[in-house]
This record gives sequence, C-alpha cells and structure tokens, in this order.
Amino acid sequence: MSELAALEQSISAAIAEAADEAALEAVRVAALGKKGSVSALLATLGKLSPEERKVQGPLINGLKERVTEALTARRQALRDAALDKRLATETIDVTLPLPESPLERGRIHPISQVIDELTAIFADMGFEIAEGPDIETDDNNFTKLNFPVAHPARDMHDTFFFPPKEDGSRLLLRTHTSPVQVRTMLSKAPPIRVVCPGRTYRSDSDQTHTPMFHQVEGLVIDKGSHLGHLKWILAEFCKAFFEVDQVKMRFRPSFFPFTEPSMEVDIQCRRDKGEVRFGEGEDWLEILGCGMVHPNVLRNCGIDPDEYQGFAWGMGIDRIAMLKYGMPDLRAFFEADVRWLDHYGFRPLDFPTLAGGLSG
Amino acid sequence: MKFTLSWLKDHLDTDASLAAIVDKLTMIGLEVEEVEDKGKLLAPFVIAHVVSAEQHPNADRLRVCMVDTGTGKPIQVVCGAPNARAGMKGVFAPAGTYIPGKKVTLGVGTIRGVESHGMLCSGDELGISDDHDGIVELAADAPVGTPWAAWAKLDDAVIDINLTPNRPDCTGVLGIARDLAAADVGTLINKPIPPVKGTFPCPVAVRLDFGDTPSLCPAFGLRLVRGVKNGPSPEWLQQRLAAIGLRPINALVDITNFLTYDRARPLHVFDAAKVKGDLVVRRARAGETLLALDGKTYTLDDTMCVIADQQGVESLAGIMGGEASGCDESTTDVLIESALWDEIAIARTGRKLGIVSDARYRFERGVDPAFMLPGLDLATHLLMELCGGTPSEVVVAGEPPIRDKVIDFPLEALPRLAGLDVSFAEAKRVLGRLGFFVAGQPKTLKVAVPSWRPDVDGVADLVEEVVRIVGVDRVPLTPFPREDRGRRPVLTTIQGRTRRAKRALAARGLTEAVTWSFISKAEAELFGGGQPALALANPIAAELSDMRPSLLPGLIAAAQRNADRGFPDVALFEVGQVFAGDRPEDQHIAASGVRRGLARAGGGGRHWRSGAAPVDAFDIEGDALAVLGACGVATSAVQVVPGGPSWLHPGRSGTLQLGPKLVFGHFGELHPRVLAALDVSGPLVAFEIVLDRIPEPKAKATRAKPPLDLPAFQPLTRDFAFLVDHGVKAAEIVRAAQSADRKLISGITVFDVYEGKGIEPGKKSVAIAVTLQPREKTLTDEEIDAVVGKVVGEVGRRTGGVLRA
Repeated sequence: MSELAALEQSISAAIAEAADEAALEAVRVAALGKKGSVSALLATLGKLSPEERKVQGPLINGLKERVTEALTARRQALRDAALDKRLATETIDVTLPLPESPLERGRIHPISQVIDELTAIFADMGFEIAEGPDIETDDNNFTKLNFPVAHPARDMHDTFFFPPKEDGSRLLLRTHTSPVQVRTMLSKAPPIRVVCPGRTYRSDSDQTHTPMFHQVEGLVIDKGSHLGHLKWILAEFCKAFFEVDQVKMRFRPSFFPFTEPSMEVDIQCRRDKGEVRFGEGEDWLEILGCGMVHPNVLRNCGIDPDEYQGFAWGMGIDRIAMLKYGMPDLRAFFEADVRWLDHYGFRPLDFPTLAGGLSG
Repeated sequence: MKFTLSWLKDHLDTDASLAAIVDKLTMIGLEVEEVEDKGKLLAPFVIAHVVSAEQHPNADRLRVCMVDTGTGKPIQVVCGAPNARAGMKGVFAPAGTYIPGKKVTLGVGTIRGVESHGMLCSGDELGISDDHDGIVELAADAPVGTPWAAWAKLDDAVIDINLTPNRPDCTGVLGIARDLAAADVGTLINKPIPPVKGTFPCPVAVRLDFGDTPSLCPAFGLRLVRGVKNGPSPEWLQQRLAAIGLRPINALVDITNFLTYDRARPLHVFDAAKVKGDLVVRRARAGETLLALDGKTYTLDDTMCVIADQQGVESLAGIMGGEASGCDESTTDVLIESALWDEIAIARTGRKLGIVSDARYRFERGVDPAFMLPGLDLATHLLMELCGGTPSEVVVAGEPPIRDKVIDFPLEALPRLAGLDVSFAEAKRVLGRLGFFVAGQPKTLKVAVPSWRPDVDGVADLVEEVVRIVGVDRVPLTPFPREDRGRRPVLTTIQGRTRRAKRALAARGLTEAVTWSFISKAEAELFGGGQPALALANPIAAELSDMRPSLLPGLIAAAQRNADRGFPDVALFEVGQVFAGDRPEDQHIAASGVRRGLARAGGGGRHWRSGAAPVDAFDIEGDALAVLGACGVATSAVQVVPGGPSWLHPGRSGTLQLGPKLVFGHFGELHPRVLAALDVSGPLVAFEIVLDRIPEPKAKATRAKPPLDLPAFQPLTRDFAFLVDHGVKAAEIVRAAQSADRKLISGITVFDVYEGKGIEPGKKSVAIAVTLQPREKTLTDEEIDAVVGKVVGEVGRRTGGVLRA
C-alpha cells in the first residue's frame, strides 16, 4: 500500500470514529490544518520537479477533496443525529384543549341580527333608517295618528304613562314605532321612504307578549304610491327575509286609526312540531299590519293629502325572529340566559348581507 | 263579538256553507277568531233505544246492552253506567266516533271477553256537562236513529269575531249580515219595524239636567209597559243567549240582551214599581254610590252620567243598571229605556270603574242614533209578545244627533289609492248593499253615509269599503322601483356605530343581552337615576318601575341570574338606550359590558394555559377601548384618567376621555357597596361608553387614504427601567419620555412593571422600550446617546424616576 493510501485510510477511520463535532474538528485540523498531514503533503508539491508534480499533484489534491467531502458528510450526519436526539426530548401534548376563541364564544342577540337583516333588505329597496325617542308625547303616539281621544282604539294599546306634568300633559312610553313616522313627516319633505326599527312598550305579559318588545315600521310618502306597490314591497320583503323563492300572502282588511284602507297580512306556512316552514302548507300566520296612510295623519303632520299619499306597515321584530329562527317563547328574549343566547344568538362575523345570504 | 250560524240566518238568506261564510267574514275585515262547530263534532251521535241490558258474565259492575239505533239491527254494547237499563233512550256513539269530552276516538273493544261495538254516552263524554255518573237519558218520545245534536238543538255553530273598534254596526248580528250580503254571500233580511201605538201617556217624565256642563246624553227615550207577566224566556231565546255564553235571567232582561246582540242596540229595563218619581239624567255627584246589577257597589264622580229618581242613582248610564230598580219575576210594570250617550264619557267611566259590559262595549264605539226609537219599538213588540202588557206612549228628552254626511267620491280614487279599477256599476252596487245611498255621475259618485257608520268620513274610507268587499286580492302587485337617489349609506352615524360596537364586543367574546328599559327605583338611584319624571305611573311590576339611567343594573342582574343557574363566568354586553331625562335629547345610546368571575378577555373559566385568575379592570378596559375603536376613535389618543363614578371601585376604575370636556365613559371594578346593595357577588368588572358623545367623523372630500410615508432608515429601540414612587402613573412616564424628542421617538411601550424583592418598599420599577425612527439619515452613536440622555432627564424631572442600576 502506498503511503498516500495508508494516510487516507487512517484519516477515514478517524472521521468515522469521531463521536461528535469537536472530535471531528480535531480530525480536520490533524489532516487539513496548517500543520495537518494532508497540508504537509501539499506543501511538498512545490519542491517537486514538474514531471513529479504532474503525477503527485492530482493524487494529493484528490486526497484533500475526498477528506473534505468525508468531513462534511460526517459533520452533517453528526448534526442530524444531535438534532434527532434533541427533538426526541422536545414534545408537547397537542391534545391539550385551547381556550375557545372569542370569535367562537361571542354572540349577537337575534333581535340585533334581525334588525341588520331588515336593514340590508330595505336599504336595497332605497329606504333610509329612522329612529326616535322611546319616551313620547300623547300627541305623537296617538292624537297625530288619528286616535280619537278616549276612543277604544287607544285601549288596544295598554300604555305605560309617566306622571302628569303641571300643565296636565303626560308623557308615555311609545306603544308602537309610529311616532317615528310622525317625526319623520314633520321634519322632512316628501318623497319619504323610511323604515323605523325600535323598542316599544305595552303593559302586557304572557308567552307571546312582553312589556317591552321591538317593532319595525315602514313609511312611503310621495305622489303616486298605492296599495299595489305596498303589496309588492311586502311580498319582496317576505321572500328576502324568510329566504324562500315564493311566499303566498293573504291581505285581510282590518282597522288601524292611522291607515285607511287598513289590512293585516298573513303568510301561508306549514306548522310541524313547533317548526314553521314558509312557502308551503295550508296554515295562515299573521305577520304584519299595513295600509294607506290616513289623510288625517298626513294633514296632522303638515302634508297635503290632496297632493301626497302613501302607505305604511309595521311588524314585530321579535315575532318575525321567532318565526324565522324557531324560538318558542318571547319572554326568553329578555332574560339574558347565556344558554339561550349561546343557542339562538349569532356569531360576531355573521354579517347579514344580500350578497352573502342573510343567515349565511 | 259572538253569534251563532242560525242567528245570522235570521238576517241573511243564504245557502253558503259555514266554511264559506267564515272565510268571507275574515276576507272582508271581520276576522273570525274561533268557530265552534258543534254540529259537525256531534254529528255521529244518534238517539238510541236500549232494547235489553243483561248482567255482564265476567264483571259485576258492567252490563251488556243491545242497542237499537234505528237500523233495526241492535248493536251490542258493554256499558258501566249504573243507570243503563232496558227501555231507556240514550245517546249512542258507534265505533270510530271521536268523543269530544275524552278527546279519544272510540274503537271496537272486547271488555272482559264480551265485544262492544260502541258506547252510550254521559254528558261529560259529550262535552255538554260535567255529569259523568251515568249516561244521558232522553225523553221517551225522542226519535230513535235521529242525529241527537240536531234534535237537541245543540248543533248550532258559534262564530267569534275579533271585531275592530271602528265597526259599531257589527256589534249586532244584523250589521254582520249586511256586510256578508254586500259581499254576495246571501240576501239581507231586515224586516221593517211597525211603530208601536201607545195607549196612554207615559206616567214617568224624563229630564236631562246637566246645568252648565256639557251634556253626556244627546237623547233619551222611555216607555212604560203595564201588566206584563215576567218569567223565564222561551226556549229559542234562552238557547240563543246560552249559545254565545250569556246566562238567561228572565224574559224582560233577556229581551234587552237579545237586542244588544241582534241590533247593536243596548236597552235598559226598570221595574216601574221600584222607581220613585220622575227620572233625571245627570252627572253623578262625587261620592254617590250605586249597587249595580253585578252585585258590586261603585263610587261615582261628576265625570260619570247616571239616571236618578227621587231615591237617588238608579242606573249607571249606558254601562250597567242598578240592583234596586232591576226587573225580576214579580215585575208587572216595566220602563224600557233606549238612549244615546256621550261615547268618551262612557269609555272613561267604564275604564275608571273597571266595568266591562255589553252596553259599554257598544256605546263607547257609537250606537246608531237613528235606531234609538225603532229599537225601543222593536223591544216593545218582543216584550208584548213574550210577556203581554199594554204600552204607553214614548217620552223623549233631547234629540238623536243624526249625521247627514254626503261624500263626493271620484272613482279614480280607487286606482290612485288602491291600484284597483272598479266599474261605476260595481262600486255603486257594493256601497248600496252596505246601506250607503249612492247617486251621481259615472266619474264621481255622491255617497250618503248611513247613520250606523260613524267610521266613514271621507274618500279614503269609501275606497276601503269598496276594496274590502270586492277583495284586496284583486289589487295587483305593482313593482316599486328604487328612485334615482344615489347609493349613499342609509345608516346614520349613530346607527352605524351601534352596530359596529355590537360586533366588536361580540368579537371579544362577550354575549349580547337585551334587558328591560325599566329597572327598579333602587337600582336606578344607585346609578345616578331615579328622578320622579322617569318613574312610570303604572309599572307592570315594582322591579320594572323606572327608566334606566345606565345599562349596567340590568346587565349585573343578568350576570347574577346566570351565576345562580351555575354559570358564574359570564361576559355580557348590551348596546341600547339610557335615559337622563324625559326629553328626546336626554335619551342616549350607551354600550356597556360586564365580565364576571373568570370570564377574562383571553378566555373564560379555569384553564391550563391561563390559570384561574379572576377578571380585572384591564379586561374590561380593553372592551371599552374596542368600542371606541369600532366607532372611529383613535384609541392611542384616548386619555385614561384614574377614578370613575360612584358605582365603581375608586382605586380600580378609570375614565376614558379626550380632555375633560369630552368624557366617553368609564370602566373598572364594581364598588363593593354597590355589589352589596344590588345583592350580587363579584368579582365583577364593568364599562359603559355613551356612543352619542363620540364626535361625528370629519367629512372627507375623497375616499382615498393619505399617501403612505415609509421612512428610508431602520428604526432602533432602546430599553429603560425606571425606579419610581408607587403612585407614579405609567402614563406620566410615557408622556415624559415622549417629550424628550417628539420627532424622533415614534413609539413607546411599557414592557415590565415590577414591585417586590429587590425593589425598596413604596417604589416600583417600570420598564419601557423607546423606538427611534430616523427620517433624514442614520443616527450616530452620539446622537442616540443624546436622545437616551434626554429621555432619562425628562422622566427624572417629571416623575422623579431614576434609571434602575
């Protein structure tokens, strides 16, 4: 065996034996360091004749390259082994449950959600949203809306009153959102297209009545809007809100002091074990009241009924929420039971949009 | 308003089915609330003859009966009734019949080894009485095989209408029949009432005496009928009244009740022997009392109208008669009153005294003034027919105010208001059948309103009359285009903020509650409210008496209720109205939240990651700032000032503001005294932000954002740890550091606060990281050192802080 081959064999053996990077470094220095065995061989090349160099040069350089490669390979192997060893000790229990994300936990109340749904639908039809105070005058809540003084029509609303003032007048909690229509007509010239959602109050309490509830009303005043338009708007609304292709509606003549003609609207549905399905079935379910705005109301609000006309409608937000989402009891809406809210509430990012679907 | 089908047919000649009539009633505005169709329910029950009744072979208490149901082939029935015996007649239900009293359908059964093919029924099983001790026994002449209900006259359908308050005419069956006839369901039967010829002057005079106060009685008619024989009214009348839930009393009283329902004409009868002297119609004197026919004594005042004689008040006008002058079996001379009353006074009196009577119901809606005297004559006819007697002439005080209303009705109003074309002929026919007198030309009708329709006043009312009778279904759907009004947002600023605040809070893990707008007075007072102007005069419950000054009492109570149910770690919020006064401008929109127990911002409850630390003021401050951020406030500019309102812990609460004049709200721990006063337990933290205090955003000419300014040089950060007195606020240190170089220092964060070992008592260490953002060139070491020196200097000068060694 040549001297070179013997050297290569011994270096290779040393590389293979190196147990860690430090030992390997020592082998490298012993071979390729300034005073290393291979470096010493390379230093001899300068003293050789050109012919000898031609022979020895490639041999010694080849040795250096192979040693370098072997060192690199061994170093990588040692590193991999060391990393594997470390990783073997670095474990976590990924089955530990994470705390629920706030986005998972938080809830929007069905009333807020339904108001957002209504807003999306009516905004698309060109309506603005109007609001007004909960504490109202008798004038705005009743008289301007053509309720005769002491007429039994006032008894239909079990009104909450505040103590009389010195002048004998008494404020009340609005019994419907219609005073917002009055305020709108008094403050804005036609054409008017608004919807008015808000809290309303009547002294009543059972499974379908609570002393506080929510209504949404719509009002259109211009020069030519009539019952046919009203029917169309309500049909479009019902289809959009209940997210069905067709809905069959029944308009029944009725009475409200502030509209003439007045109607109540039923929609056809199928009731099945507490669940209500729209667009099918044989039952009728009352969902709203509506009519042409009474000329006296227009006159009371400073609008000439010979020039302008229009229509209005109103419905219970809580009620349509119950119908759409299947809550059986209105009282639970206001009990703030987190179990109920968690179940019937909506997630923070469930924004109702017409583009993305109202209920997602 | 309740009536029966056969009663309706007294006034309506029709072949229409019950279902068709009910459907039509609803579709013309007389909404049917309930139909009780006993005829249909009881149709399978037949009259049967018990041919034999033998002892059951295997049961002491049972009998095996052979029952003849008219087919000639007796049916075997096992019967347990003690009165079941051969020869009797009873009511038989064959197998397959629905038994209304038991709510089950009868099957063929084998009872102790003997087959039974039907049932002999008790009153209880038929749903006609509570009697369940034995089977119903029928008269010996009851025709075997005939449907029992029809024979017993129990097959009349009862219809209940949810009558709207504008239709006084339909408080009588005749009025309902008129509407149906107008809608082509039959022909109205309305026989003329022949006048009654009085044979002697009425011996009792009537005087309307209202002095100089407004009259409460437009007109009053009275007649005496002498020599009547009172007693139970005939069967047909008793059945009429009983079917709609009225108790038959005696013929005289029953006649008045009958006409109340038949003609919407309430009447009153006095026993003439019990009336002393003439009658005076006047206001009650304050403190006068009346023992009324309902057995209760009412104390009256001068807003109420009464009928009095020499003995005092005898009747509460238009509402209820008095016990003292009422008619009974011994009555021989009877005074019949037919009067008109002020509608408002009737309504007010009825409400004040809490009396709900059939008379009040009609008088407060408006009784047909033209029918006052015909009604009196009709009552007299009926009375003489049932009780005999001789009528006097009528005395009338006042005069019925009969309205003479004629409306010009342009037919184009139908398409204009209702979107519906109706021909001249059809409009005329409909209105004519409703009792309107119609004349005029094809384009404009002249329409005279009948005396019984006080609700019809103008063109819109006539449009309604025509539309409801021809059917709203005929109005075609007409698309309603969006007007060209641009696509600006439809929400106002506060509406947009309200909805963003809700979503922001829900996104932080809170649950939205909707609580009552009214709370108890004690709760209101604890949170700065409770003023008398905001207390309801008629609250539905004592704990719902005062308008809320804050959302917090409702949320705190809700959190406690959840805790009591076993959910102690709740985070609730509400965005809604609060009331500082009773004017519209005193109503504000607030956003509030509470966190209870372990419902921390990072996750609720005990958790392996976060431990079991209770909520603190910083959790809830984050919620408050999230609301402000969602509403467009730059939260980095918001000042946090220590302390808050009285309901928060003085040392663990803060106020969020932009200067002292623009306070948005507060956050912190609830004051322990408030927790105790509300009887709730903590730990509980809360915030409240008043959304309408946030200024309107500045109007922008363009939606484009300002150009992005990216500095060309790298920022660098230097850390400082200052030793300061315990009372020094972190914000003061940050402000002081910032003031060292407002241009160069682009950000400061507080990354450590430490008290305890290694720090002398009364001091704390606050560590901040100051970021420098060079803009023109890279900073030299000298320049950096100069800024660092200034930071240390400013913090030292303003807070007394020294760099920690």
